[in-house]
Amino acid sequence: MTGNEGETPVKSYRMHLMLCSGTGCVSNKAFRIKEVLERELASHDLQDEIAIVSTGCNGFCAQGPVMVVQPDEIFYQLLTEKDIPQLVEEHFLKGRPVERLMFTPPGKEKPIPVMSDIGFFGKQRLIALRNRGLIDPERIDEYIGRGGYKALAKVLSSMNPDEVIEQVTKSGLRGRGGAGFPTGRKWSSRRKMAGDVKYLICNADEGDPGAFMDRSIIEADPHSVIEGMAIGAHAIGASRGYVYVRMEYPLAIKRMETAIKQARELGLLGKDIFGLGLDFDIEIFRGAGAFVCGETTALVASIEGQPPEPRQRPPRTALWGKPTVINNVETWATVPEILSRGADWFAGIGTETSKGTKVFSLVGKVRNTGLVEVPMGITLREIIFDIGGGIPGDKEFKAVQTGGPSGGFLPASLLDLPVDYERLDEAGAMMGSGGMVVVDEDACMVNLARYFIEFSCDESCGKCTSCREGSEAMLAILNRICEGHGREGDMELLEELGQAIKDASLCGLGQSLPNPVLSTLRYFREEYRAHIEDKSCPAGVCKALFRYEIDPEACSACGLCKKQCPCDAIEGEKDVAHTIDMSKCTTCGACYDACNFDAVRKVPNNVAEMAARA
Amino acid sequence: MPKIKPEDLAKIQERMAGTMNLREGEARAKITVHMGTCGIAAGARKIMSDLMASLDERQEKDIILTASGCAGLCSREPMMTVELEGQSPVKYVDLDETKAGRIFEDHVLSGNVVEEYALAVGSERRG
Repeated sequence: MTGNEGETPVKSYRMHLMLCSGTGCVSNKAFRIKEVLERELASHDLQDEIAIVSTGCNGFCAQGPVMVVQPDEIFYQLLTEKDIPQLVEEHFLKGRPVERLMFTPPGKEKPIPVMSDIGFFGKQRLIALRNRGLIDPERIDEYIGRGGYKALAKVLSSMNPDEVIEQVTKSGLRGRGGAGFPTGRKWSSRRKMAGDVKYLICNADEGDPGAFMDRSIIEADPHSVIEGMAIGAHAIGASRGYVYVRMEYPLAIKRMETAIKQARELGLLGKDIFGLGLDFDIEIFRGAGAFVCGETTALVASIEGQPPEPRQRPPRTALWGKPTVINNVETWATVPEILSRGADWFAGIGTETSKGTKVFSLVGKVRNTGLVEVPMGITLREIIFDIGGGIPGDKEFKAVQTGGPSGGFLPASLLDLPVDYERLDEAGAMMGSGGMVVVDEDACMVNLARYFIEFSCDESCGKCTSCREGSEAMLAILNRICEGHGREGDMELLEELGQAIKDASLCGLGQSLPNPVLSTLRYFREEYRAHIEDKSCPAGVCKALFRYEIDPEACSACGLCKKQCPCDAIEGEKDVAHTIDMSKCTTCGACYDACNFDAVRKVPNNVAEMAARA
Repeated sequence: MPKIKPEDLAKIQERMAGTMNLREGEARAKITVHMGTCGIAAGARKIMSDLMASLDERQEKDIILTASGCAGLCSREPMMTVELEGQSPVKYVDLDETKAGRIFEDHVLSGNVVEEYALAVGSERRG
């Protein structure tokens, strides 16, 4: 049953269990929960009254597996197999929602039953994610049931390509993949280019660690991407499209394959779409997972079977030498809404230069990790504290990195910065594709910068000397700073190198990779200074810069640390305060975590000693 | 599989309306069958399944049929509440399938409250 049969009546149910089946919840056993639900529903003979619907990502990944019960929008979270029998009997049979499985905000006692009353959802505005959690992504009729493919029908039957481009231009939509190039202008230039064959590409090569916007959109609503691409095909005159998605996204690939197949069956892809003359089809291209392939010229090279190396532009990116439009998943998914609701509607949302909404994957040290879509111009504070619920465990917010591994870190003083392309750029961060990583007071900014330079260093394709060698050189300097061998002038050297890499590299990878270092030098300079001059790591992260000591006053000689130590470095008997043998200690921190009396302390290493070793 | 025309989208959307209305929680009528232990013991499940069959039979898209717990009046079960858009909810008591069927026809479909089965118009005040 594909759900496409034109005349088959749809069976009615009294309740729909919208079970999140995005990758996050699936890895928390959502599929197993579905099996148990089916079994329990059947045992109460409810299978014909209550339907289980596997949806794409609900967004509130921190609480997964999650399920929303409709029509009352009751939100259940952190479900396990064991919860299901009670849930089925109490709520689904007897109509009594189960409070203990609902979301209770931190510090509150009463749970919030209804999903839209939960702060995480309340401040979001869904355009690209308009169907999330409301449809089964593997059923085209559900997408159509929510008004899907209407924009395509409207465009093909009543708008010429120039009118479509005019709408997209007027809407102010800018590329959601990173650079923020105006979508209408990109389309217009390709439309004007001569060519019997033109291509469209959907860039789903999402390589940022901790980012999952593209994956989630494809998993939750693949038809929105297909419809957007078909509209784009009409606008620029393309006959063929590619969805470039990485192999690491098997569920996204599967759902996109299913969606393409269903769209073809209904004549929404292929020859003469809707009988209105458009010939357009889409193929999936599986990428091998190189970070650089997110860069458009490298991506095109990869489809052509070449080594994925960026190249100089102009000439413009062109697959097999033909005019080609590449847009990100989120951009394509947004297009149908702009065409159906109008450019003015979209342009009415957001800021002067950044229109509409943006999807972010909110991760790191924030309570409500997950996928959020917010209007442009919202402040970082609203995203992190109102939607994200703030920092867990009474810790202080320290910084947020926007824009993926080559985004900059912004400090607490910039929390009220409105999120738009220009403001983030000015602050030394960037919109990027929408990764947002929050770090708390426990993070060492020097070490974090080092971590991201290591990532970019690994992922540099090696074509440009500035990027290949420059990232290595930066990493070497950062390594020595973290190991206590930082030298006077290192900060200035990092800044000079960073600027040179930005100036001399060909593609976005090189041009942005110094951002984590440059932004932390800008906002957290004291921390670098402490590492370099005092040989100390204020956050207590860089292991070479501190050691653990046991405070004999506080030690209760319980032996817990001794038991945990993997190196037998802790000495001490019952009733005798313990000590650490520094010749054996590897600074792993197991004793620090184990101690219930706060007796294990981080003590800065002796500066003179460090200097002598250097 | 027939290829579709633009006008077919509306047909598919119409066919899917019941499914989508339930998920969006919007419909012109909402029927709640009270399914506490008391309600189930008094026959609420049969009422529920008959109502579901009626909905299917008529392909009614704009009516939400749902269940809730015990309404606190166990001696008058089975009970159901009918709420038409923009009107106060009406609670019906001492039901069986025949009575429920009549309420469905007269009240839900035609908008006439079946006063002889009704307990009260309106709901308890909350909070």
